Amino acid sequence: MTDLVLTNLRIIDPSRNLDETGTIVIRDGVILAAGSDATRQGHPEGATVQDCRGLVAVPGLVDARVFVGEPGAEHRETIASAAQAAAVGGITSFIAMPDTDPVIDDIALVEFVMKTARDKAVVNVYPAAALTKGLHGTEMTEFGLLSEAGAVCFTNGRAALHDTLVLRRAMTYAREFGMVIALESRDKYLGAGGVMNEGLLASWLGLSGVPREAEIIPLERDLRVAGLTRAAYHAAKISLPESVDAITLARSRGVNVTSGISINHLSLNENDIGEYRTFFKVTPPLRGEDDRKAMVQALADGRIDIIVSSHDPQDVDTKRLPFADAADGAIGLETMLAAALRLYHSGEVPLIRLIDALSTRPAQIFGLDAGTLKPGARADITLIDLDEPWVVAKEAIVSRSKNTPFENARFTGRAVRTYVAGKCVHSL
Amino acid sequence: MDFFPHRHLLGIKGLNERDITGLLDLADEAVKISRQREKKTSTLRGLTQINLFFEASTRTQSSFELAGKRLGADVMNMSVGNSSVKKGETLIDTAMTLNAMHPDVLVVRHSSAGAAALLAQKVSCSVINAGDGQHEHPTQALLDALTIRRAKGKLSRIIVAICGDVLHSRVARSNILLLNQMGARVRVVAPATLLPAGIAEMGAEVYHSMEEGLKDADVVMMLRLQRERMAGAFVPSVREYFRYYGLDAQKLKAAKDDALVMHPGPMNRGVEIASEIADGPQSVIEQQVEMGVAVRMAVMEALLVSQHQGGLNNQGFRA
Repeated sequence: MTDLVLTNLRIIDPSRNLDETGTIVIRDGVILAAGSDATRQGHPEGATVQDCRGLVAVPGLVDARVFVGEPGAEHRETIASAAQAAAVGGITSFIAMPDTDPVIDDIALVEFVMKTARDKAVVNVYPAAALTKGLHGTEMTEFGLLSEAGAVCFTNGRAALHDTLVLRRAMTYAREFGMVIALESRDKYLGAGGVMNEGLLASWLGLSGVPREAEIIPLERDLRVAGLTRAAYHAAKISLPESVDAITLARSRGVNVTSGISINHLSLNENDIGEYRTFFKVTPPLRGEDDRKAMVQALADGRIDIIVSSHDPQDVDTKRLPFADAADGAIGLETMLAAALRLYHSGEVPLIRLIDALSTRPAQIFGLDAGTLKPGARADITLIDLDEPWVVAKEAIVSRSKNTPFENARFTGRAVRTYVAGKCVHSL
Repeated sequence: MDFFPHRHLLGIKGLNERDITGLLDLADEAVKISRQREKKTSTLRGLTQINLFFEASTRTQSSFELAGKRLGADVMNMSVGNSSVKKGETLIDTAMTLNAMHPDVLVVRHSSAGAAALLAQKVSCSVINAGDGQHEHPTQALLDALTIRRAKGKLSRIIVAICGDVLHSRVARSNILLLNQMGARVRVVAPATLLPAGIAEMGAEVYHSMEEGLKDADVVMMLRLQRERMAGAFVPSVREYFRYYGLDAQKLKAAKDDALVMHPGPMNRGVEIASEIADGPQSVIEQQVEMGVAVRMAVMEALLVSQHQGGLNNQGFRA
């Protein structure tokens, strides 16, 4: 591989708390230098030099929560098509959730995902393994063997874990392997049958509501169990300021906890559902505008660690239904960065913190070789034009499924080039 | 009524006072027709009405059927059970199939909120919502309003107490919207487990005791309590429910002496209403059924004639 030199970039690398104008030098898919120092070092002989004036270079984005349809629902999304969509969105690594058919609860399936990713995916795909067999919430999986095979964390995927005893044993056992347990929290009974945020809007629409406590109560329970077992716990998809408070409090007690929020919950609120728009039906349900604002604030000050796309491809069969009958989920790989940049343009979240939440922090939490532009790191780099206006057109969506809540949304800024191990996998 | 500016009737939401008054005036005319010996008009002659019921309802379906027939339309009934097919799965497919047959109006009932609205986006004819889940049942609210207006002469400033399972009731939602739009005072009376979140902001005063909620009421509107919700889930038992929320002579005394007693049917006698009250002098439950046909005639006339001819010019129904 020839050397590649990208010059005149604004380089933002949260792993080094760096925001400066400079040069990135890449050799054999590895970063040799990235920063203002690199400018003075001169270019290696025979290197390809590209002037990137006006662009921002950040460590390739890391999306820690992506639902893929392979194996089992390839018509919605394959590992390859999700990777393609990720590249377009500036994402160079993602963690694939185990909610497939069959469920990723066995080493053979972890190996299948890794092999398929190696052969067909243009970005790095890391498998998450099921915490319990078949995601049924009763028997734990082979944490040791699965993590040796390449699983980067354990999760119950879309399914919440209800049995506290199973949770305690899983956390106790997982601790020995240093693995993070990432869970969504949803009370089996309180939220049962609910399809949107409980409140006036749901009442008028005649839809059954999910009360806030359906997220908060099991989260507080999980945090207690995490404290008891001293396990690493990741609250995968929180949506309420009360959840942030519970996590902050648990941290002050010494609990090893991190948290994530989907870009949908930072960008949208329950009013967007309007007259039963099923593309806005997600879990946890979209909350009120006050909640959204509070969550943006919590993200800005670091109380929420990371942003995920929670990319969840659904097709017309599962979405073109009455609201209550439609599947949950929205795609997000291609729009996560642009939607997040809204928070930068509005002045609510500093750019370096945003990139931290989209790249460096998730890589740290899940122990991935990503999220940094340090010399020696794999050259996963996203070049962003912060000011380019664009509109999300359904026809332009790369993902196999088109269930985006951002159709026709106007954005400012997006990934214009994506490098994975020094190779350009997306270019506008 | 002049121009009725809507293509569909999906809910009371979106109708203003003028729309509602227009429909009720038109329905008054329809009552006259229904009371004649010759009940058939040519208003909708040549037009096709399809009643598409995903949820069984003998009363509403026959009311719509009769309304269409009295207007001279060709009426077809389609009852699609919920049993074998997954709910909703067939909704759009069925609608598209029917749409290809060029109906002029589709009357839809479905167990999911928003089903009528979804269908309206996909078909090229007018859609009337005959009840969608727990969302709305606009013709029920209109027939209730017509019944009240004919008995009381007005809707504004009267006190209407809606009692019972408001949480699961599309009838309650449509009535709250309509009565507020027309300037009535709405109360809801129910145990807290049967009230939706945010009810106090929905335009209703909230009461948990029948004695207080019915005090000085002009209208007492009872709601049906579904059997599966009686035992333990939302209320402890039928007998406890009847004791505190069932309408009997004693509780009715709190209301005005000439208060109307209403029920959308079908009734659970001895659960939400005592038989002696349902059949008593203040009950207008049978009138509601009669007004149902008239209101549905008015709605179809408004949707199918008024909008096409740019106004009725008060010509009313065509003989």
